[in-house]
Amino acid sequence: MNLSDDLYQEIILDHSRHPRRYGCPLDHTHCAEGKNPLCGDEYQVYLTLDDEGVVRDASFEGSGCAISKASTSLMLEQLIGKHHEEVRALFVTFHDMVTNPEADHDATALGKLAAFSGIWKFPSRVKCAILCWHAVRNALDGHTTASTE
Amino acid sequence: MTPPPDNPLLDLRDRFPCLDQTVHGKPLTYLDTAATALKPTCVIESLAHHYRLVSANIHRGVHTLSERATADFERARTTVQTHLNAAHSHEIIFTSGTTDSINLVAQSYGQLAIGAGDEILITEMEHHSNIVPWQLLRERSGAVLRVAPMLDNGDLDRDAFRAALNARTRLVAVTAVSNALGTVNPVAELTREAHAAGAVVLVDAAQALPLQAMDVQALDCDFLAFSGHKVFGPTGIGVLYGKNDLLKAMPPVKGGGDMILSVTFDQTTYNELPHIFEAGTAHIAGAIGLGRALEFVNAVGYPAIEAHESALLDHALTALQAIDGVRLVGTPAQRKGIVSFLVDAIHPHDLGTILDGEGVAIRAGHHCAQPVMAHYGVAATARASFSIYNTRDDVDRLVAAIRAAQEIFA
Repeated sequence: MNLSDDLYQEIILDHSRHPRRYGCPLDHTHCAEGKNPLCGDEYQVYLTLDDEGVVRDASFEGSGCAISKASTSLMLEQLIGKHHEEVRALFVTFHDMVTNPEADHDATALGKLAAFSGIWKFPSRVKCAILCWHAVRNALDGHTTASTE
Repeated sequence: MTPPPDNPLLDLRDRFPCLDQTVHGKPLTYLDTAATALKPTCVIESLAHHYRLVSANIHRGVHTLSERATADFERARTTVQTHLNAAHSHEIIFTSGTTDSINLVAQSYGQLAIGAGDEILITEMEHHSNIVPWQLLRERSGAVLRVAPMLDNGDLDRDAFRAALNARTRLVAVTAVSNALGTVNPVAELTREAHAAGAVVLVDAAQALPLQAMDVQALDCDFLAFSGHKVFGPTGIGVLYGKNDLLKAMPPVKGGGDMILSVTFDQTTYNELPHIFEAGTAHIAGAIGLGRALEFVNAVGYPAIEAHESALLDHALTALQAIDGVRLVGTPAQRKGIVSFLVDAIHPHDLGTILDGEGVAIRAGHHCAQPVMAHYGVAATARASFSIYNTRDDVDRLVAAIRAAQEIFA
């Protein structure tokens, strides 16, 4: 096992140090909290969807470990321009990738998110990578809180 | 003359088979004893011996194996009694652990003596199992739960503690050693002050007993709780010590076999102490294993344990403070076995994962003591805890692993 290859890749460290799409927007159409009470990770995710259901803006704020922060940052970058049905499909693909090493995931769809493909080797950290995905899905479903433990 | 060995207990490491393995290709450096201690061979063998050759249930049946099991189980109780210097063996109640012991007091003594407007006093450094049972009691009884604050260094605010005691204080529940910070509380003095106010005292000795003698008569505490697994014994077994007069007056809280003398549908006669609080088939092997663990502790001896732990802790504190970017959380005047710390720009969970990659097991999280975390304004800390099987090399590996984490995050 090599932590720098499997988990703390440069792109993940970069996004944890300098998260993209960070901050609270003036307006949003959907938002939800991502919270892991056991870790103390706590994020707020904001989405703005247009009338066609396409994500036009996405941002987050909060605090947590490098994995949860980088995962949220990389995720939100990818969501812009996607229809909410595509977002849900990407959630399923990402979830498969981080929990199932056998999964035949669509590398094209995942793009930079493939950086998390080795995280299944760290079962206790999967929940960090997936935390704000749950928040996004909950926001789309109209729920306001997502929690992983 | 040869210099004294690095670790006078070094040969003890051989008694802990779990240490003899690698994690991610590195020798295991186990620094999470505050969560649970590794088990010596003698304890593992006592469990195996019971299941292999005895196995029978206790306090029932006249057959040989049942009598043998009963004798082994009750001998374990006497071992605990001697270990705590309790006046009577029936003051030793076997429970499933510290949490169970505290809940027993909250339910039973709570029912007996704590009503609406009465006060329970705990401290800010308690872990959740010495907080939540009292909150439940508060909900049931209408009692008031008061919290004596910590000073910023992690010591109990003694003035605030004294000020919180009053004529309505019925019970004080306090940890002997903080599981998150390592703070040692002066439980004998706190007990004196609480008694002067007319309150009874429960001491949570879960973290203390593996590292220091707890003499219940010298402390004069009314209740003392500890867990087997933190003192080299099995999981699922623990002890509540209670003073005879108090236990005698307390109602049972769990009904079932073993806690009764006779049962009809109209009337049940309860058993004597300690059985009245031990409904159902006990964790027999666990109690026997716990007895064996305490014999092991006595064979090593608290003076040797304390000398080793304090030398190791000094080394760890010096070594950690020498690393740029490491900040200790809590600097109590008196500390035992435990160091909480933060590393700049590295979340404790990331640190825990990277240390694990180096074979170093620490705890990262809130340590089931969220109010302590709140005091310091953090969600989590990294915690290293030390025991008799740890060496200066373990500390040095911890330091090297922290530096490796800093390089990854540099």
